[in-house]
Amino acid sequence: MDPLNWLEILGRLFVQLMPVWVALVALFAISIAYRRRLGLYGKLFDSIVGMIGFALVMFWVFTALFANIIITHDPLAQFSGMRNAAPGNPLRDPAGGYEYFLLGGDALARDVFSRMVVGAREVLRIAPFAAMISFMIGISLGLPAGYIGGRLDTGLTFIANLVLAFPVILLFFLLVAPEIQNTPIPRVMAGILFLMPVLFFTVLLNARYFTQPTKRNLYVGAVLVVGLWAYSGLAFNADPLGVWGMSPNLLNVFVAVVFVNAPTVFRIVRGITLDIKTRDYVSAAQTRGEGPWYIMLWEILPNARGPLIVDFCLRIGYTTILLGTLGFFGLGVAPESPDWGSTINQGRRLLTVYPHAALAPALALMSLVLGLNLLADGLREESLKD
Amino acid sequence: MLFFLARRIGVMLVTALCLTFVVFYLTNIPAKLETLAKTQAGSRISDAEVASWLDRNGYNQPMLVRYGEWLGVARGWTREDADGTMTGRCYLLTGTSTLGAAPARCGLVQGYWGNSTRFRAPVSEVISARLGATGMLMLWVLIVMVPMALVVGVLAGMREGSRTDRTLSTFAIASTATPEYVSGVVFIALLASSTVGLSPLLVSWGWIDGPVLFQGNARSALEKITFWNFALPVMTIALYGMGYVARITRASMTEVMTQQYIRTARLKGVSFSNIVLRHALRNALIAPFTVIMLQIPWLLNGVVIVEVLFSYPGFGWTLFEAAANNDIELLLAASVVAVLVVLITQLISDIGYVYLNPRIRVS
Repeated sequence: MDPLNWLEILGRLFVQLMPVWVALVALFAISIAYRRRLGLYGKLFDSIVGMIGFALVMFWVFTALFANIIITHDPLAQFSGMRNAAPGNPLRDPAGGYEYFLLGGDALARDVFSRMVVGAREVLRIAPFAAMISFMIGISLGLPAGYIGGRLDTGLTFIANLVLAFPVILLFFLLVAPEIQNTPIPRVMAGILFLMPVLFFTVLLNARYFTQPTKRNLYVGAVLVVGLWAYSGLAFNADPLGVWGMSPNLLNVFVAVVFVNAPTVFRIVRGITLDIKTRDYVSAAQTRGEGPWYIMLWEILPNARGPLIVDFCLRIGYTTILLGTLGFFGLGVAPESPDWGSTINQGRRLLTVYPHAALAPALALMSLVLGLNLLADGLREESLKD
Repeated sequence: MLFFLARRIGVMLVTALCLTFVVFYLTNIPAKLETLAKTQAGSRISDAEVASWLDRNGYNQPMLVRYGEWLGVARGWTREDADGTMTGRCYLLTGTSTLGAAPARCGLVQGYWGNSTRFRAPVSEVISARLGATGMLMLWVLIVMVPMALVVGVLAGMREGSRTDRTLSTFAIASTATPEYVSGVVFIALLASSTVGLSPLLVSWGWIDGPVLFQGNARSALEKITFWNFALPVMTIALYGMGYVARITRASMTEVMTQQYIRTARLKGVSFSNIVLRHALRNALIAPFTVIMLQIPWLLNGVVIVEVLFSYPGFGWTLFEAAANNDIELLLAASVVAVLVVLITQLISDIGYVYLNPRIRVS
């Protein structure tokens, strides 16, 4: 068989990604039809930039979701004769499988396209989750620092500045090393960092429902059961049922990324809190005799949501970049891992001769981050309009 | 102002102490010391031999004491051997073995940075040579990045919502979404590859002599910087840093353009270019100045990535090598330099902000 030309490659890529196109069209059709009833999310469809960003992000989300249908080959399998194969080369012996390497083969004769698709799943499994944990930590510490102030504020701000003064790359070199994985350091840090979301939700619901004890007990109890269950599994790998768990590798990467991101979120939340706490509705709540946590979590936080949602999108993008950096230096990833950073790292050795192996994941990463940034920009523009 | 400075420098010193201790702790955890012992004394030594090697070389003292030694505030460890020769931290560093020939304390404060196990040379020499190389890279990055970012930001911000604004803003967003390891890879594939991209085309047209247009390896820039071996690394770093500065400049410029005095100038009939250049620009450049200073530590990330990608042996490359080879002394020294760069740029940006913006009073 002859190799495919570029038009045929694009055509076959389009066909292979069919589930993604169907899902994207369906999502956009429904969202645009009901956009007036969907709040800020619906308003996103008024801005072209926001729509493009959202489409890019959802493209990768759907790709990650349908990865099993989309991939043409096993991302870890090696095929004879396909080492550094150019895009569109046919397999020597397809054995009933897909006949071509659509985006070529890498230095170990694996399919670049399949690895890129599965890499999306790796990235999207960690980045949003890490950004979310960073946000909960930043919020749970930033609100009291801004609202209560005083010594608490001074102390927390000093710690945040300490972490921020640490060059990110140095922290990664030091913290995401195989020697560190065998010490209790990542576990201890995970133990502290992962406790924050549980505390956050407990306090959040308690502040809201403490006047209705039955409801409160139900909600807080449910949060505590689920939260502590997940906490034991994620932070200490001690989940009795084995549902939650993280390999030491992943935990180390996760802790490092959250640790880098949380202080920035803290600073943002603190700044917004300092601004909002002078508003009239906060004084009204104080006069009503509401507790400090109720005011922070149910008066200030909902009113700070605009900038926080925008920053959340940006932060997922930044986390993706950080994960790529880690992969690029081969830190904390499994040797065969198809994540984009390490694929770029493996591809860069033969970059001047066979660039396709590094280019595909590089462009994939860029488009995802670009999508997130455009989405953030669209959201900012739309949220400023009212 | 003096009190403000003194306070800032005090906080800075405390921060530096905390951070160096964290680095010291993380580079000196038992598992890393074991690796060190094995690389120094042979990879097949038993656990007991590792323990005795660590003991003989002064690694068995409490962490805080050793941090003090490294810093130079505590006395370095010493041991007198059976034949009367002395060993110890300071004896090893100064290369003597007679009693009393070495100073009692020898750490950072006294100027002893230790020896690099990776490069087999004094750390201070390695660091100063590499810093020079990176300084050159950073200089060019700033020369390219700052004017480009300011021009893009000012052009975008002077007419908010116009087509120029939209195009340039999207460009700025795209540049912040392109981390160095992506743009570097794209640049090399496009411009520095002999088989794909632009170079084979130019060769076949006979426009260039060599096989490639730009060099994908910047090592030759150590001897002589040319456009062809230095443009790609510089562009790679500048591109990622530029977007952010441009966006801040744009935001600052749009804010200034809505001010009363700009409207007054317009009503008086001052031409638009004059308004932008003489009235708006000065006030619009205060915020970007701070951001540019704060951007320098962020560029460090890019410097490490780019120096590794283009094999340019500068500070970032050294940091990477030190971390990869568990070169404790070198890693510590590099961390000190990196942390100092961060803290000093923060200080300069704070002072500059106060200095440039008379509306802010320091108290």
